[in-house]
Amino acid sequence: MSAPLLTATGVHKNYGNTPALRGVDFSISAGEIVAVTGPSGCGKSTLLHCLAGILPTDAGEVRYRDQDIGLWSEAARSRLRRADFGVLFQFGQLVPELTAAENVALPLLLAGSGRREAREAALGWLDKFGVADLADKRPAAMSGGQQQRCAVARALVTEPQVVFADEPTGALDQLNGEQVLGAMVQVVREQGTAVVLVTHEAAIAAYADREIVLRDGAIDPSGLGVAP
Amino acid sequence: MSTAHVLLGLLARGPRHGYDLKREHDERLPQAKPLAYGQVYSTLGRLERDGFVEQSGQDQESGPERTSYTLTELGRDRLDAWLDEVEPPAPHVTSALFNKVVVALLAADADRARLYLTAQRSAHMTRMRELTVSKTTPGTTVGDVIAADYAIGHLDADLRWLQTTLARVADLQKEVSS
Ligand SMILES: Nc1ncnc2c1ncn2[C@@H]1O[C@H](COP(=O)(O)OP(=O)(O)OP(=O)(O)O)[C@@H](O)[C@H]1O
Ligand SMILES: [Mg+2]
Repeated sequence: MSAPLLTATGVHKNYGNTPALRGVDFSISAGEIVAVTGPSGCGKSTLLHCLAGILPTDAGEVRYRDQDIGLWSEAARSRLRRADFGVLFQFGQLVPELTAAENVALPLLLAGSGRREAREAALGWLDKFGVADLADKRPAAMSGGQQQRCAVARALVTEPQVVFADEPTGALDQLNGEQVLGAMVQVVREQGTAVVLVTHEAAIAAYADREIVLRDGAIDPSGLGVAP
Repeated sequence: MSTAHVLLGLLARGPRHGYDLKREHDERLPQAKPLAYGQVYSTLGRLERDGFVEQSGQDQESGPERTSYTLTELGRDRLDAWLDEVEPPAPHVTSALFNKVVVALLAADADRARLYLTAQRSAHMTRMRELTVSKTTPGTTVGDVIAADYAIGHLDADLRWLQTTLARVADLQKEVSS
């Protein structure tokens, strides 16, 4: 296996007095899909946000291409997220004032693409996820599942090195979830994109190459995520 | 589920030789155990005796493998009745998984049961990953996809059970050892 693209060592994160992460180690290589599973409240979303440089860690480090991104300025981290990362949040994905196509085009515009070129690309990505006909609708006029498909398109549109996906199929029924995840996995396999896939469902985790299980903010070596 | 009903279903598409039935059975139901010729002919014999199929011709050379069979009216009714019949939704708690947890507690202790549950989970996840890879490989037939779905759904049910049982091992031990 090649050198890891992203590594975390001994990551701690507290919310006030609540410890959410208690010394987590993690690594992912280029093109790898790693599932992060475990029961509700175990720290999956928190880990994802720390890995993506959205939340600062309280202790430990996160290295991307062997650079400690905790030492970077917020502006530099934000540039990294725009250029190399794609993020799919668990809640509140799309900009409500923008149409589906504008939402998907947004990361490209921020990265400096021209309007026409960004819209063309956005339409292509919406088509890949089966929502091309909703291009000019605002999120409020779409179902939860349709919004989720747009959000996946938006996370992939810049062809990032790493996608951070927090319950990407949470809002979808089983067949729809499978279609979206299937399409996403196919795209990332073609592009060699690494994916950190947060889910509490075994059947979703099965799309990954391997899995880490969190329990109470730490990696559970038994993989069962349940207190003995 | 019986092979007899599957054969009736295949014959509903037109007369067939035993050889064709075996080949179609194995092709349409790739997850089932391949049929032995002996089983095909003994099943056809019983179906003929009961009036569900009849012989509808011999090829030039004689022998059982050259005989073609046709579905009778009675056979079609039997097939329809089987298709209408709902399978009992009874859960099959006869599983070795369940037995092992109980026996681990009887013969050893909670840690032994947990050790087993952990190893079983890992084996289930590995198999589920393999099935997921096979069903998402481009070019996989719909038949193979739904066969994989069936297996994945059952593994998923087991995995949920493994998870909740692990949380209940301590309580179960109290019950078993009381
Ligand atoms: N903004 C916050 N302020 C305070 N506590 C928080 C905050 N966000 C999360 N927590 C706490 O941190 C812990 C981990 O939360 P996190 O959202 O990472 O869990 P999760 O594994 O993603 O759960 P779920 O499966 O329900 O999404 C929980 O105990 C949660 O209550
Ligand atoms: Mg979460």
